[in-house]
Amino acid sequence: MNEPISFFSGFGPKDLWYLAQAAWQTLLISVLSISAGTVMGIFFGWILSESKVVGSITIGFVLDAFRSVPLIIQLVLFYNLFNVIGLAVSPFTAGVIILGVYTSALVANVARGGIESVGKPMRRAGRSLGLSYFQTMRHVVWPIGLRAVFPSWVGVALGVLKDSALVSVLGHPELLKVARDLITRTQQPLLVLAVAGAFYFALSFPISRYAAHLERKWQS
Amino acid sequence: MIEIKELHKYFGDLHVLKGIDLNVEKGEVLSIIGASGSGKSTLLYCINGLEAIQKGEVKVDGVSVHAKETNLNKLRTKMGMVFQQWNSFPHLTALENVALAPRIVKGRSKAESREIARAQLEHVGLNDKIDVYPSALSGGQQQRLAIARALAMEPEYMLFDEATSALDPELVGEVLDTMRLLAEEGMTMICVTHEMGFARDVSDRVAYFHEGVMEEIGPPDQIFNNQKSERTAKFLANVR
Repeated sequence: MNEPISFFSGFGPKDLWYLAQAAWQTLLISVLSISAGTVMGIFFGWILSESKVVGSITIGFVLDAFRSVPLIIQLVLFYNLFNVIGLAVSPFTAGVIILGVYTSALVANVARGGIESVGKPMRRAGRSLGLSYFQTMRHVVWPIGLRAVFPSWVGVALGVLKDSALVSVLGHPELLKVARDLITRTQQPLLVLAVAGAFYFALSFPISRYAAHLERKWQS
Repeated sequence: MIEIKELHKYFGDLHVLKGIDLNVEKGEVLSIIGASGSGKSTLLYCINGLEAIQKGEVKVDGVSVHAKETNLNKLRTKMGMVFQQWNSFPHLTALENVALAPRIVKGRSKAESREIARAQLEHVGLNDKIDVYPSALSGGQQQRLAIARALAMEPEYMLFDEATSALDPELVGEVLDTMRLLAEEGMTMICVTHEMGFARDVSDRVAYFHEGVMEEIGPPDQIFNNQKSERTAKFLANVR
């Protein structure tokens, strides 16, 4: 006779491959949203550092909201909002957009702190050489200020990488979503979660090592 | 030539410069002395347009510094400025510090600007520090680096804002020596300074500032030995 149909089967090598693919999705979501969020965040941080008044009436409140509302609420809220207003976006796209904006709100504050740490004397030194405002920003203020807050930025980036797990609520097969599905099938939560955790570690660890290497290089 | 006419500067209600009239000729070395808060540093900032002015005019080679239509970035390349806090760019090596502005502002090629930088670092005696980051330099070396950085733009005027005030005493000499060298080479210099020896030996003229007014100006011999103003005499008696 046929083998009995089983809904439950143990964790096999193939599942490791599923998780690896899911880890790739997590990496993709994270890299896209962190990159976009960092570029936007530096721009916002620069506006905040240039003018308290302009900054707070234009983007200050919005950034505060994104920083203060739990990410999971933002994800569900905006994903559904996108669909309600007729923007049919995939969970992946929605996840990247929302995570990106969330990242930009965190990076904005970090970047503002860095840019403000470069004082008037340093800026004047640049201007006195004939550099324009933007040249001074590009070649003096941003490199100095953003390097000073680089460790904080790494913290934000690693946080976002882990927070990308929340995109699972939208149903996109990233690490946590796939891990949950596997748990349901295998009934081996400890093993599956341990493997998924190992994948998160494997994604984060190289980033923090590379960051530490950069910091050492800049300090010398 | 730098021409300053009836210059008034306010910080809020504070009247910092109260009508300064002063001309500095090409090739001249002018030292400005006076107590802290007498407005002498502010005058330098007004000359290269880092501070706005409320009344009067500053002209550099006939171009009005504070006029709206003036391209300040271009005009500033004529005036090198050295600050009390030397403000080396910490993320760049000594060579890159000096090469930055020629490349960015004057559009020189990478190789050209490095050549200029190398020459200027040698000029100030830092040829063995080319690839060193500022954090590994002493205060005196960083200030000489700042001088080289300003010289790399081939300025016609050099403005020194208390260039030695933030230095440890044993490092003051090397910076003053570099400034002396520039003076001997015929650079037009305005030096706000507390170094009376430098002011006396190197300057063509010395100006004494008191509470936003240029109290007295004249050759070093007049200012240091035959003051016309009571206040000048009193100030010098106190700093000696």
